[in-house]
Amino acid sequence: MDFLRPASWEEALAAKAEHPTAVPIAGGTDVMVEINFDHRRPDYLLDLNRIGDLYEWEVGEESVRLGASVPYTRIMENLRAELPGLALASHTVASPQIRNRGGVGGNLGTASPAGDAHPALLAAGAEVEAESVRGTRLIPIDDFYTGVKRNALAPDELIRAVHVRKADGPQQYSKVGTRNAMVIAVCAFGIALHPATRTVRTGIGSAAPTPVRARAAEEFLDAALDEGGFWDNGKIITPSVARQFADLCAASCNPIDDVRGTASYRRHAVGVMARRTLTWTWESYRGTTQQKGSVA
Amino acid sequence: MRVNFTVNGRPQEADDVWEGESLLYVLRERLGLPGSKNACEQGECGSCTVRLDGVPVCSCLVAAGQAEGREVVTVEGLADHARQRDLGTACGTSLDEARRWAAKGQDSRTGEGAELSPVQQAFIDAGAVQCGFCTPGLLVAADEMLEHNPNPTDADIREALSGNLCRCTGYEKIMDAVRLAAARQSEAV
Repeated sequence: MDFLRPASWEEALAAKAEHPTAVPIAGGTDVMVEINFDHRRPDYLLDLNRIGDLYEWEVGEESVRLGASVPYTRIMENLRAELPGLALASHTVASPQIRNRGGVGGNLGTASPAGDAHPALLAAGAEVEAESVRGTRLIPIDDFYTGVKRNALAPDELIRAVHVRKADGPQQYSKVGTRNAMVIAVCAFGIALHPATRTVRTGIGSAAPTPVRARAAEEFLDAALDEGGFWDNGKIITPSVARQFADLCAASCNPIDDVRGTASYRRHAVGVMARRTLTWTWESYRGTTQQKGSVA
Repeated sequence: MRVNFTVNGRPQEADDVWEGESLLYVLRERLGLPGSKNACEQGECGSCTVRLDGVPVCSCLVAAGQAEGREVVTVEGLADHARQRDLGTACGTSLDEARRWAAKGQDSRTGEGAELSPVQQAFIDAGAVQCGFCTPGLLVAADEMLEHNPNPTDADIREALSGNLCRCTGYEKIMDAVRLAAARQSEAV
């Protein structure tokens, strides 16, 4: 095994181009487990810890450009206003020790269906900034996950950052596990209301071969909210609408039975989380619109 | 490969390190610092918690090469670390201290006579140690929390220690110990 220690992003790209099988290691919270247990013996480890750029973020007009290695702890502390869904998801990651090391770049690189960040990214809307010596491209998050632990990266590409759309409305994140800390999601659900476009987006984790959006549920809810004038009148969402949304979210899962839970439990739990998080976000939206109304 | 880094204020050099080796392995097997414990090797238990450039991490998940040029504090250095924090000084020994230095008796088997950090003393006084395997990780994590949160709520303590598993105590005595350390710390100020 060789340990490659590029001191700059350019050096890292050059190393990845020269050794496409090199395994990037940043927080190490996935890679080191595989090495410790002898599940993986890469020829090259590509250490990204010395590349300071990866630990920075920029808050722009429309989105936050989040460096691939920004630890979950930093996201929780600094980006709760801009990226509330991702901040909530970050807080559910493992333990303080792991959150101090791990970041969204690693979650994307590993592309496990159980990665905690994925539902929040899918719901908020995001693009993955992938770069190689050939150039940079932005991969829409909807096209990024291609299979179980597979993603759209080319062998010579590294993840530089992820561009996450800033919240324009309430967001929520929910995760099912046996305890609060140190839990791989049995299943997880992210939701983001987008009042600017009058749309709702979702993300589901650990309930299909890849993280997925519940598109049929989103389309149904968009239409139902529009039809009832809900975005304007700020009324409580009709229980039948919430139930139908929950059922459609559950139906968009394609889960398996495993040690953490059965497929039918996962489907059920996703439905429950969908209904609850919709209620929470909608209550929050109604609160803000009513406040604005009273001011005007 | 060779790895150079600082451990508990002293520059260290580890040779013939395998590229896939963890920081934990280097600390225990190459530098003779067995305080950080090796249990799960997958970041689940927190027994191997150390400070890496001040931040608590699972040393089993840090590749040894990633520690190059960085500063590590282990449980063995906790007393020194706490003392220097209290004095507000950087690492090192002042001329005056050096002049006054004298060897003190210390039982290498029981640790009798060794200087302890306040959080270590609190663990002993509160009876928060049973088998002791999780203790070093808990000490490092608790000490770090008290460094930036001197008056933690119970929820703060639980969250800060949520990455450290103890199979003996049921955590109640550990909670007592951290509360005790916090109380003593605020009295001292």
